[in-house]
Order: sequence, then C-alpha cells, then structure tokens
Amino acid sequence: MVKEIERAGVTVVHMCTVTPISMTVGANRIVPTIAIPHPLGNPALTHEEEFELRYKLVEKALKAFETPVDDQTIFD
Amino acid sequence: MSLRVVHYINQFFAQIGGEEKADYAPEYREGAVGPGLALNAAFKGEAEVVGTVICGDSYFNENLDAAKATVLKMISDAKPDVVVCGPAFNAGRYGVACGTVAAAVKDELNLPVVTGMYEENPGADMFKNKVYIIATKNSAAGMRDAAPKMASLAIKLAKGEKIGASAEEGYMPNGLRVNFFEAERGSTRAVKMLLNKLAGKPYTTEFPMPSFDRVAPGAAITDLAHTTIALVTSGGIVPKGNPDHIESSSASKFGRYDISSFEDLTAADHETAHGGYDPVYANEDADRVLPVDVLRKMEKEGKIGGIYPYFFTTVGNGTAVASAKKYGEAIGKELRDAGIKAAILTST
Repeated sequence: MVKEIERAGVTVVHMCTVTPISMTVGANRIVPTIAIPHPLGNPALTHEEEFELRYKLVEKALKAFETPVDDQTIFD
Repeated sequence: MSLRVVHYINQFFAQIGGEEKADYAPEYREGAVGPGLALNAAFKGEAEVVGTVICGDSYFNENLDAAKATVLKMISDAKPDVVVCGPAFNAGRYGVACGTVAAAVKDELNLPVVTGMYEENPGADMFKNKVYIIATKNSAAGMRDAAPKMASLAIKLAKGEKIGASAEEGYMPNGLRVNFFEAERGSTRAVKMLLNKLAGKPYTTEFPMPSFDRVAPGAAITDLAHTTIALVTSGGIVPKGNPDHIESSSASKFGRYDISSFEDLTAADHETAHGGYDPVYANEDADRVLPVDVLRKMEKEGKIGGIYPYFFTTVGNGTAVASAKKYGEAIGKELRDAGIKAAILTST
C-alpha cells in the first residue's frame, strides 16, 4: 500500500514497529514506533504522557516529510 | 543413534495462546511440541526433535537482539545436529522470527538449519538468500505438505549430503547457481519451450527475470503548514461496529471513513477489526494506531494545513500482496485527484 500510494505521487511516511518489514515492502520514509499492538501509544503511561509520546512520534513523521531522501531512510 | 533436532516455534503453535500471549518470552521444553510431532513422523526414526524453543511473535520482533541471543543459547545448549524453525506459513512476525533465528543459527552456531513459510511472508524476501526456506502454503493446513520436505532437507543437511536444486528440494530459490550438464542441449530446450508457448501449453523458464519493484521516494514537503495530510492504516481501525465488515484476516476490501468531525478517537466510536494483534489497546483508544488527536492539535497550532476528511483502512493480516497493491492504487488515485501530497500510513 505504501508503495502504490507513493507511486501516485503522494509522499508517504510509514510509521511502524517492525522496520525490517517496512524496508522489505519498499517504504522510503520510515518512522519506528513503540510496539506492534500500540504503535503510537503506550498503555503503561498516563493519558497525558501518552499524548505527548504520540505527539513526538508524529513530529518525527513531519520531519520525515520535510526531509528530501534519495533512498529508503529510517528516521529514528 | 538418530540425529538431534531442535525446533523453534511461536506461542500459537505451542498452544500457549493467540495474540494475547504474543509477548511470551522464550522458553525451552524437552521433546517435540505441536508441529514438532509432524516433523518427528516425517523423520521416520532418522532424526528426532529433542527440544523445542518457544517464543511469542511480538516478543521476538519487539526485543529482536535480546530474544535472538536467548533463543540461540537455548538452541546451542540442547546440542542439536540440525535446527528447524516453523514453518510460519503466512504469519508475518513469525516468518521474520523464523528467518532471524535460522540465519543466526547458521552464522553464529555454524549449524545446518531449515525453515519454511509462504512466499508472500515478509520473512521470505528477507531471508531466502541466507537460509534454506521451504515454500509452504499460506495456512497451517499446508503442514502435511511442508513437514516431509522440511524433514528431508534437514536430514540431508545434518548428514552433509549434497543438496539438490531448489525445484527438486522444495526450497525457495536462493540465487546460488551450480554448473551441471542437462540431458538436452540449450537449442533443443529453447525450441521446445517456444513450441509449448505457441501452443498455449505450460512451460517453465530457465531464467526468471528478477522483479525489483521499487518506487522512488516522493518529493519532500516544504510547506507543511499549508499541506493537508491523509491518514491510512493497515492496523484495521474502523468505526465502532465495523460497518463494512472488513475481515479480521485476509481482508478482501479497504474502508474509507469520515473523520472530519472527530477531534479524538475513543472507545465509544472506533475500534480495530484486525485479528493479527492483541486488540485491547487499539479498542481502548484507536489514536494509538491512527493518531487523529495529535494531528488535530498540530492543525490548530498551524504546523499542518489539515487532515484529509476521510481515512483509509484495511487489515494487514495474511492479506495477499495483490490485494494490498489494489487498495493502495485506489487510495493513491483518490488522493492524487484530490491534490493531496502527503500521507501517514501506520502499521501494527
């Protein structure tokens, strides 16, 4: 899906936990996330802390959008 | 004395549990467990599963280095002649775990190893050039076919016997070429192939063209403050009740749902349809998979232009690559036609 959407001319940031799979499927901008069942959250935190965590992860995605890349890149 | 085999399997095949037990830490058990019994039958007394290492799929993938080290030590301590991993069929995380363990057994323990999985399992592309992977069907119903092939290859490897070509042994082509003499010369084979092709009969190419399907990275977005971002997920987030009945595995469709009126996703209005991970956390708060709440905040702060009014979703669990490609094309087309330049795609 990442590849076909990007092929249509839409820049895609793939946010996922198992980044080797993301590399294999051909995502170009990859942001690693927390865990498989809750990539953008952590149920061990308070609601506010979790929001903060998610906000920071999405900020990384925004940074990835702004960064020109030539090849598959993981934005740690 | 029969050959000693150590077998690696996941929590599901060890009958410990499904997704709620996917965070199960590595454990060693004496003897065969689950699919190890089918392997033992296929070994016909020449080899025997002396021990089984079990690890939860999420645990393995989320703690890759630590899990690999622990699993490797358990395998090594059991002193195997050969190691078998899986088969993983079309279970993605399990396939990656089997491939990772198999490659480590080969490289770090210098022991022969065989694994098995379906050709579309992401673990196949990652590891088929590194270890022998028997090509299996896409579900556990393929165990009856897979066990004899894996057992036969494991015995040959343990005995140091010559391994035949991929088509003969049933493993995925690994890019290695071996010189040999064909019974018929090339020109004869080529003409026969051409005649079959012209007659519409089946024929097998001797040199399949590699498919490197890569898409060049999209352009960087320079004015995010005026850019509308689309949200897409393979994590199965749907409006509560899953109105279009997106399947929990092998999804036959994707959904497109209005989020223009949502500031925040909650248990009252959204949930996941995905059957391949523990749904508790996503059902409690779907923002953990589809970050609508923080994007709304960023929209108010002027960091982004806005969120595309619809999000797109499917269940990436045993879903055929051809289906995912089709959904991606349809989503890509709508976004392009709407002038959308940026999408965040989340996966579980």
